[in-house]
Amino acid sequence: MIVRKDPQAVTRPPQVPPTGRSRAGLRLTAAAARGVFALQRCRRCGTWMVPAHDACPACLSVDLAVLPAPDGGEAIAQTTVRVTTELYFRERTPWRVGLVRLNCGPTAVVYLAANVVVPSRIAVSAKLDVGGNAVLVAAGEGAMADDPLMAELTASPKGRRVLVTDARTAVGQAIVTELRAAGAAHVFAGVAEPWKPFAGREGLAGAGIDTVDLDVTDTRSVQRAAAAIGGKVDILVNTADMVRPGGVIGGPGLATARQAFEVNVFGLQRLGEAFGPAMSARGGDTPSAAAFVDILPIGALAPDGAFGSHAASAAARHSLLKTLRAELRGGGIRTLAVFTGPVDDDWRRSVPPPKVSSGALARAVVAALERGVEESFVGEVAQDVAARWRDDPKVLERELSG
Amino acid sequence: MSGLATFAAALASGEVEIVDLTHPLTADFPVIVLPPEFGQCQPFRREEVSRYDARGPAWYWNTLTMSEHAGTHFDAPAHWISGSDAPCGTVDAVPLGRVVAPAVVIDVTAESADEDYLVSEARIREWEAEHGTIPAGAWVLLHTGWSRLVGTDRYLNLREDGAHSPGPDAAAVRFLVTERDIVGLGTETVGTDAGQGGHLDPPYPAHTILHGHWRYGLQCLANLDRLPPTGALLVAAPLKVEGGSGSPLRVFAFVSTGGPGKV
Repeated sequence: MIVRKDPQAVTRPPQVPPTGRSRAGLRLTAAAARGVFALQRCRRCGTWMVPAHDACPACLSVDLAVLPAPDGGEAIAQTTVRVTTELYFRERTPWRVGLVRLNCGPTAVVYLAANVVVPSRIAVSAKLDVGGNAVLVAAGEGAMADDPLMAELTASPKGRRVLVTDARTAVGQAIVTELRAAGAAHVFAGVAEPWKPFAGREGLAGAGIDTVDLDVTDTRSVQRAAAAIGGKVDILVNTADMVRPGGVIGGPGLATARQAFEVNVFGLQRLGEAFGPAMSARGGDTPSAAAFVDILPIGALAPDGAFGSHAASAAARHSLLKTLRAELRGGGIRTLAVFTGPVDDDWRRSVPPPKVSSGALARAVVAALERGVEESFVGEVAQDVAARWRDDPKVLERELSG
Repeated sequence: MSGLATFAAALASGEVEIVDLTHPLTADFPVIVLPPEFGQCQPFRREEVSRYDARGPAWYWNTLTMSEHAGTHFDAPAHWISGSDAPCGTVDAVPLGRVVAPAVVIDVTAESADEDYLVSEARIREWEAEHGTIPAGAWVLLHTGWSRLVGTDRYLNLREDGAHSPGPDAAAVRFLVTERDIVGLGTETVGTDAGQGGHLDPPYPAHTILHGHWRYGLQCLANLDRLPPTGALLVAAPLKVEGGSGSPLRVFAFVSTGGPGKV
């Protein structure tokens, strides 16, 4: 059921919570962006601390690390904020806040979901607020998406209208199906060059799904789609990706590489340009525009030479996506990068397993939205490459180039 | 009056009219689809540079990108391997005196109800029995009615076994080139060959034979129903792209209307 807005009511402008964080605090944000509950820990004495410090409160060492932390604790106190001058919270009071004494030591100020009883044993998680910063949250099992607090901290497709930009592929179609199964109110399925037949077309005729003419390589096509449905798209999932094997020498050649950039890089730019402003303007609406998702190959971080040209476009789109994320943040829109290992499709038949099935990728997209993370790594290859990349990109470059 | 002055007067009076045989260049005009392992035909794209705005306050202009073979376009001999060693085989070298030439129009709209219809030498001779021998140096235009399908799936008519659209068979092309010495062949379809032309012998006979004999192709023509079977003068000048294999172009024909003011 789509909630229709009163056309005479002024749309609630997007607001974000205070965004300033110390560099130490941003390390917690970076972990939360990947869905990891991490806290600062003193490397010298082992003390866990929260919020982020510049020196250990126990031994004054500055050798602090951000590490995945045990998430158990006890909710020991609560209060409810009813009046505040912060515009974001002022629009959303009452707001429940509590203290959780973590099993690993420190006592943290956390947001409390409606179903948390105080006192009780509870798990704490790190989420990103709509301003993109880590906050600690305690929530009980169940009723997550329906809790207004959790709705602010995630981008669940439930009840939302979603655009899947390229539904000609198995990946696109799996995502359309998965979004509907996850409760998306409506899915717009983009189809470029409709005069070319494609497998699975009949599956796009289901209830709650509309196909739209959308060719991300054609600026006017993207503008026409945005003019038609831009004000209804709460979540945009960019599934467009043109992949051809080869690197620089003996690769697909410049004409083909350029066409791939038109899809993979400039396609993303056209989508951001055309849909970004309308989505940003509706970041505080009900239901709110919530997320801009790009699915990109893990080659964005480090190229596998066999698909080096494709990786170059992936790196470029990743960079563009980070800028778009900053541009959309003020509108309360989350920008998600779903990095995938080699997709199990016709172009990657020569790639040995493990590969990523379209179904697994679709489930990962929905899970990333439901968790509200900014980065998700799908499949063993993507997770492995990401871990190695965080360790040392130069070593990874040599590992991947044989 | 000189011949040219007479012609200009006829044009001004409406005794001669101009028929535009060109489709608009649009982003959604289908281009030929090759197996995905091959390089692909880049469809037409128009990217705005400025439109009386911050990017250029008093002027409007675009950047265009496209394949040489997008939209209504011209195929030069060098487009095909059989014409790779043709003298003057690229668009910049095409002599204008050859491409401004009389056109004959062979109406096969009825036969083209069969989407795989192949125009044969016999069908061309049948046309000649009615309209006279095709003059040397003429353009031959196959009027299949296919341009009416632009904007529908049926224009390319792609199925699992490829495209289905009418075109000439090998003997017909050989006849036109060697016995009638035509300058080139024009079609309404996306190529000069039939959709299933790759399965003929030789494969793609129009491309192979036309360009192998240094002749030209015109594709994606429009408005052939407005041309007489004989008597039109076709103008098909490609862009002067250095070393180009083909070019989108504005193709038009001068046609007698039968009298002043009759359009």
